[in-house]
Amino acid sequence: MKTTRLALGLGLGLVAGFAAVSPVGAQESINFVHNTYRTGAFSGSGIPVADGVRDYFTMLNNRDGGIGGVRINFEECETQYDTRRSVECWEQAKSKNSVVYVPWSTGAALATIPRAHIDKMPIFSMAYGLSAAAVGGTFPWVFNPPLTYWDGASVWIQYIAQREGGLDKLRGKTIGLILLDAPFGREPIPVLEALAREHGFTLKTYPIPPAEMQNQSSTWLAIRRDRTDWVLVQGWGAMNPTAVREAGRTGFPRDKVIGIWWAGGDDDARPAGPDARGYLALSWHQVGTNFPVIQDILRHVVDRGQSNSAREKIGENLYNRGVYQGMLIAEAIRNAQRLTGKRVVTGEDVRRGFEVLNISAARWTELGAPDFAAPVALTCADHNGHHAAFVIQWDGTKWNRASDWIRPDRARIRPMLEEAARAYATSNAGWPARSETCDQPS
Amino acid sequence: MFYREAGQYKTTYQSDMAIFPLRQDRIGILIILALAYVAVPLMASDFILKTIMLPFLALVLAVIGLNILTGYTGLISLGTAGFMGVGAYACYKLTTIFPEVNILVWILVSGFFSAGIGVVFGLPSLRIKGLYLAVATLAAQFFLQWAFVRIPWLYNYNPSGAIEVPLRTVFGVPVTGPTAAIEVKYLIALTFVVVLTWVASNIVHGRIGRSWMAVRDMDIAAQLMGIKLLETKLLAFAVSSFYCGVSGALFVFIYLGGAEAGTEFGIRLSFIILFAVIIGGLGSMIGSFFGAGFIVALPTILKFGLPAIGIAITGAIAEKIVVMVIGALTIYLLIVEPHGLARLWQIAKQKLRVWPFPY
Repeated sequence: MKTTRLALGLGLGLVAGFAAVSPVGAQESINFVHNTYRTGAFSGSGIPVADGVRDYFTMLNNRDGGIGGVRINFEECETQYDTRRSVECWEQAKSKNSVVYVPWSTGAALATIPRAHIDKMPIFSMAYGLSAAAVGGTFPWVFNPPLTYWDGASVWIQYIAQREGGLDKLRGKTIGLILLDAPFGREPIPVLEALAREHGFTLKTYPIPPAEMQNQSSTWLAIRRDRTDWVLVQGWGAMNPTAVREAGRTGFPRDKVIGIWWAGGDDDARPAGPDARGYLALSWHQVGTNFPVIQDILRHVVDRGQSNSAREKIGENLYNRGVYQGMLIAEAIRNAQRLTGKRVVTGEDVRRGFEVLNISAARWTELGAPDFAAPVALTCADHNGHHAAFVIQWDGTKWNRASDWIRPDRARIRPMLEEAARAYATSNAGWPARSETCDQPS
Repeated sequence: MFYREAGQYKTTYQSDMAIFPLRQDRIGILIILALAYVAVPLMASDFILKTIMLPFLALVLAVIGLNILTGYTGLISLGTAGFMGVGAYACYKLTTIFPEVNILVWILVSGFFSAGIGVVFGLPSLRIKGLYLAVATLAAQFFLQWAFVRIPWLYNYNPSGAIEVPLRTVFGVPVTGPTAAIEVKYLIALTFVVVLTWVASNIVHGRIGRSWMAVRDMDIAAQLMGIKLLETKLLAFAVSSFYCGVSGALFVFIYLGGAEAGTEFGIRLSFIILFAVIIGGLGSMIGSFFGAGFIVALPTILKFGLPAIGIAITGAIAEKIVVMVIGALTIYLLIVEPHGLARLWQIAKQKLRVWPFPY
């Protein structure tokens, strides 16, 4: 009796499920499957980013009816920051004809880069992933604007020089780097080493194993002992708030601790309470809701109850980073529509759209984000741009801008990237030479 | 009615010891093989091949490997992912140093490297058991993962710290790398699984397997019967790690196409494989397949299958349901049915044998 009832219930549930299928595809749309991690160890960083992207595209659909009159069919694919699931999401994105793949993890980027030119789906890894992908001649299908970790290292040192009163004042200083002991964490080391030789400062590295992210007391004691003048943080997830808290506990001046842009979440600084005041991080876009585009999101998405985010979290650093990413992708889709004259574009078209991406200061204003970020321009050869960044500072409740735009040392970084791209192509025997034609920016 | 042995007489000792004594079973396994070799590559979509079949085939070998150690020999191990990593990195080093040698040979050979490491970390098993051995193998897991990240020679000094699978061909057909056809990869993985399962099944049913089970059930009694504990336990570690190593090489070379050590071969994967062994059934070959299939397919079905038939469920909720289901099922099976899904399968077969006259 019981089992029959259960079976009946299940059957009814299934029927109801089928009935709930709404006729999708009746109108034309552009599909975009976006990797997210709302669960797992890194969800603290993953959720605000996902909310930002999602809300931006929902806003475009609600306000403008999509891009160029075509609705964007935005879908999330949950990865848990796990490469196996991210590969699954690649297949999912491919089967749904997503116009771009956004890995949101270095492992996922590395696993999918070799597939991009075969499945004709561009990869957009914003300031993470394979740094060498900046070389468009080798990686026509991968884009990683606005700057690489190597550029970040260059900006770090330039900012420290500004504070110290000139690059020549760096001589004899000790700069520490706390890094997640993973490929991501070690990215800036070669550039920092080269700069240390050139400017005469000492570089000390303090690797944090992933399992020890929340236990850094010995690290900070070592920093004290080494009389480190500045501390750089190349971390992600739970490692960042711990570093900020330990800096406070050991009394290290917080305004001499600078995180990479992934160590600049509001939830990285907030848990340390008043101890976090003065903590610095790199960023390339503004925080806050004081932009027409964020106001539009509030009006067209949040007020209609279509956002997953709490209202007070909108405008936080990582949320705005999601919006920034959404704006770049939307602009690439617009470019693709203009280049091809089609309304519904494909991944191949959007790849061309990325290569002519050019958001000037005036264009940022048109997009509803005046002075939100530095102008971004990509070319067929340069898929990164090495754009300017600035330093933000935590005042105890929110981030504030604390420096001017600082341009990375492109002349130093670029040859290193080209070398890395060459090494990638040679170690991956059979890596195809670029056959994609180059569009002229208009 | 159709599934019974009446009339099938065993006239030799050999036929009495056969793995599939029933004719129906033999026909069944042939049908399954035919389906796997012909029907699946022809009918299944790329999505199913790539997201379900390939990870299933790669992981099933690791599950068999851990089952040999935990299910058959009674030695618990939490270093499975580490041993898989050894296989993957060995294969990577071998194929970049000797690119002209057939990659399939290297996938198999990398298992021996893993077996060697497994023997080293298996040495403590002679003295310690149970929870303490679990901790010792946990040390192996953390040490190996540390080595993959910290020894740049292992990933050829790649600045990104990852290993990327190069293009390799066999008789002119690309089998690894991005241009290899998914069907080719599937058939290769399938062949590895079929052959190695056949070997494993023969090992566990033979003298070696019996000595493993004797050690599992009571090692002092086994020693009194003349089974050398050192050799037996180390052999179990070696064979188990060999399977894990081949699994790891397949996982990276055939399935992922590239790996970042810090994330791919973490403790999480070790636990997932242990759960697969428990859910599938400790000490059962078919259970290894059930367990691996369950662990691989459940998340994908929940995440992509349910929305496809119209049940709206977001990826995040699906992932949470997966964690709950696997956790609950592991505890339930440990308490109620330690032989896992394999035992349910056996009960079903037994019922079928006497059907339709159960009494």
